[in-house]
Amino acid sequence: MAKSLKSALTAASEILPPKIYEELVEKLESSDLNVKQKRAVVEEAVREYLSSQVHPGEAVGIVGAQSIGEPGTQMTLRTFHYAGMLEFDVTLGLPRLIEIVDARKKPSTPTMKIYLVDKIGKDLEKAREIARRIEYTTIEKVISEIQKDIVNYTITIVFDKEMMDDKGVTLDDVIPLLKKLKIGDIEITDDNPPTLTIYLNEDVDIRTLSRVEDKIKQTKIKGIKGITKVAIEAEKDRDGNLIEYIIVTEGSNLAEILDVKGVDYTRTHTNDITETAEVLGIEAARNLIIREMQDVLEKQGLDVDIRHLMLVADLMTWSGRVKAIGRTGIVGEKSSPLARAAFEETQKHLYKAAAMGEIEDFKGITESIVAGKVIKVGTGMIILTQEVR
Amino acid sequence: MTPSKVRVKKKILSHKLVPKHELLSVEEAAKVLKEYNVKPYQLPHISVNDPVVRLLNGHPGNIIRITRKSPTAGESVVYRIVVAY
Repeated sequence: MAKSLKSALTAASEILPPKIYEELVEKLESSDLNVKQKRAVVEEAVREYLSSQVHPGEAVGIVGAQSIGEPGTQMTLRTFHYAGMLEFDVTLGLPRLIEIVDARKKPSTPTMKIYLVDKIGKDLEKAREIARRIEYTTIEKVISEIQKDIVNYTITIVFDKEMMDDKGVTLDDVIPLLKKLKIGDIEITDDNPPTLTIYLNEDVDIRTLSRVEDKIKQTKIKGIKGITKVAIEAEKDRDGNLIEYIIVTEGSNLAEILDVKGVDYTRTHTNDITETAEVLGIEAARNLIIREMQDVLEKQGLDVDIRHLMLVADLMTWSGRVKAIGRTGIVGEKSSPLARAAFEETQKHLYKAAAMGEIEDFKGITESIVAGKVIKVGTGMIILTQEVR
Repeated sequence: MTPSKVRVKKKILSHKLVPKHELLSVEEAAKVLKEYNVKPYQLPHISVNDPVVRLLNGHPGNIIRITRKSPTAGESVVYRIVVAY
């Protein structure tokens, strides 16, 4: 008898997906059913699994569109802002969902979640140090005033002590950078607030002076391009115990952040799907599309089966690049002119198709409906032919 | 052969978002096509410039087996064909 249970399980393992199979085995082991009953359970599980599979010809795309669209109508159009300690906005809700599906090149609010390696993930000071290191800081951010003297050809920079402490910048960091610009001699003229005076090398007119001022302001002190703001967030478990500190940023630069020492490059991610596709590949982009859409829906309290989202992500990444759904993407590239005309910009597509001599072969759903033909969905997929003897 | 603008780094393979990719041999590829009864172009595509493909040194026409971690099935295997763009 035990043998027959084993063989039933092996048969089941070939049919059931690994996750369901593992769960089944686990439940069987902990149950006190006898062998015969267990065997019946295995058989019932397989039967149930097979009967709940999608049937051939099922219009999964339509079901998916309805399943995302219906709760989507209940979504508030208002953009929600991040609650809590973060001072910057993250687009959520319907605008974000549209952004994902449209495969925009840049999200309206790019943001990254930077995880840190085990050793420093729990250390607030070290996390802060990394956060300072990656924040893109220019001289402009740490000064309170810049004065130009067109008579003596000098520029006086007054620094903001508080900002400098906040960003972890000292005068010793700034002076070599200014020297590198080769605009003139530098002298520290005051300590509180720290003030520098630059004596320009040559006599210049006021336009050049302004240009030099801009150059000084935009000089990078440190940081990674694109990361405009950083904040530290404490991730806590349900009981309020600290798990680790993570750095949340405004702006995104995945490729360079992954190279920063102390950053956990296996978990750090961005919400920029195009960037993820470039740095981590199309499969990573697919996973991110699913995750981001699920995130948006979940935050709105909507429950959409993940299979629908997976289908959308599969379709968007089918060609190896992230493609939008809609006129500019998948629908716009349909080979059938009637299907395209039925969607948007009818005349344009018809004229163009006529001018180009396109052929309509009525293989898809939309064009079949336009022409009143049987659609190739469900039972319409099956064609009966008689064998001629 | 593959145009490389940016250097790709091995460490992206260990990223949580990146599933396991394997380059199939010609024999394996033929077996896959037979099993699914498809022509190569009917498989989903993946670009030669995809960072993971570049790390595997894939060329157009190669088939790549991807073992995804799926929240519904636990694990699912899909195939993509390397295309040249």
